[in-house]
Amino acid sequence: MTFKTPLYEEHVALDGRIVDFAGYFLPVQYPTGVIKEHMAVREKAGLFDVSHMGEVTFKGKDALANLNYILTNDYTNLKIGRVRYGEMCYEDGGCVDDLIVYRRGEEDFFVVVNASNRFKDVEWMKAHLKGEVEFEDVSDSYAEIALQGPLSGEILGKYTELPQKYYSFIDTEILGRKVMVSQTGYTGEYGFEIYCAPEDAPLIWRELLKDERVTPCGLGSRDTLRLEASMPLYGHEMDETISPLETGLDFGVKMNKDFIGRDAIAARHNRHRIGIRITGRGIAREHSDVFINDQLIGHTTSGTHCPYLKGAYAMALVNEAYEPGTKVEVDVRGRRIEGEVTALPFYKRER
Amino acid sequence: MKTPNELKYSKTHEWVRFISETEAEVGLTDYAQDALGDLVFVNLPEIDTTAAKEETICDVESVKAVSDVYAPLSGTVYEVNEELLDAPELINTDPYGAWLFRLNEISDADDLMDADAYAAFCETEAH
Repeated sequence: MTFKTPLYEEHVALDGRIVDFAGYFLPVQYPTGVIKEHMAVREKAGLFDVSHMGEVTFKGKDALANLNYILTNDYTNLKIGRVRYGEMCYEDGGCVDDLIVYRRGEEDFFVVVNASNRFKDVEWMKAHLKGEVEFEDVSDSYAEIALQGPLSGEILGKYTELPQKYYSFIDTEILGRKVMVSQTGYTGEYGFEIYCAPEDAPLIWRELLKDERVTPCGLGSRDTLRLEASMPLYGHEMDETISPLETGLDFGVKMNKDFIGRDAIAARHNRHRIGIRITGRGIAREHSDVFINDQLIGHTTSGTHCPYLKGAYAMALVNEAYEPGTKVEVDVRGRRIEGEVTALPFYKRER
Repeated sequence: MKTPNELKYSKTHEWVRFISETEAEVGLTDYAQDALGDLVFVNLPEIDTTAAKEETICDVESVKAVSDVYAPLSGTVYEVNEELLDAPELINTDPYGAWLFRLNEISDADDLMDADAYAAFCETEAH
């Protein structure tokens, strides 16, 4: 079963190349092409349909305690109106999913999860609820639109006030429709995500596209942008066999509190996520073996051509935290191509 | 979608331009470049490689994925378009100018399609 997002007809009208992604029909690109869509986000503004993302709510006296137990991060001091990243782990330290938590009230949390993991996450969360908490999967009640790029604030600001800080949000209105707007995103760029009722999504989408500085962008550029910004993606840099510390997400793991998977995460840290810049000819994709002097050190988890940096980059999970500059080789379909370890992130916007 | 009349075409979306009775050059069609999306890398065959009809001869990479290029006819590679190494996007912008490689001692070219037949073939592929 593949679902259509509330913006499906818009994608078809814009001649998007539609694919089935995580159970949703979404455009991988529009006729503009991945590279131009990518550059639009780095230089101006790009508009993405991310309505496939899942949303759940935790409410009640023990909502906070539940999140602190189920997730790796600590939400105790998260202020109302702010957003915080976290992972959800199995007892063995492997990752169920990664997500972001919005604090809407003292006892009211809105959590955004990956589309591909939605049903698995909901099952896991439900199975571990304790105390006084109301849990609900509200995914089908929300559409989500991301406006990303250096001009995104100026453009969205024509319609509404904006959350001023990175990882903060406000409840507001766009064209008279109730929305929640956060300064968040998955592109490594300044930008906003807009949560609205599904029936209001086409109106807001079309309005934002009236500004000629806005380029509609598909899943292809979403992936190249996040890889260029070295943001981990579930199913690549994270999965049920990889602990968050191995992915290098130490900032989102608080070992001084009790949570599912803590002991296992503390006990194992055998692998490290590194960045590789390909210096030879070719492009390393995911699942390619990485070598130093013929010694297998690990494998790539994602890799592609990065349009803004104009080169091939990959992330890899390897046996040691190698220093930037270390020479490596990546096996690309039987051919070894040269690369070197490069500090993460590959791309960081100037603030 | 363009399908110039003077070229011949394969079902795997390569075009063939006959240079002489024994030589031909090969590239990717407009339909192929559109389906592949923005090309960012071309892995050309080596000189003197034997091209066997319908077998992989080299590959091209878009942002999204790597794709094999098949030899639309048999022959021996005597020249490759090195300009594409630094400018793979020429395949997107000028698919019928951006030849990949040239073959001599060519054979097995009889069943290639003409422009009309290829355009009709693409029409069926798209649906």
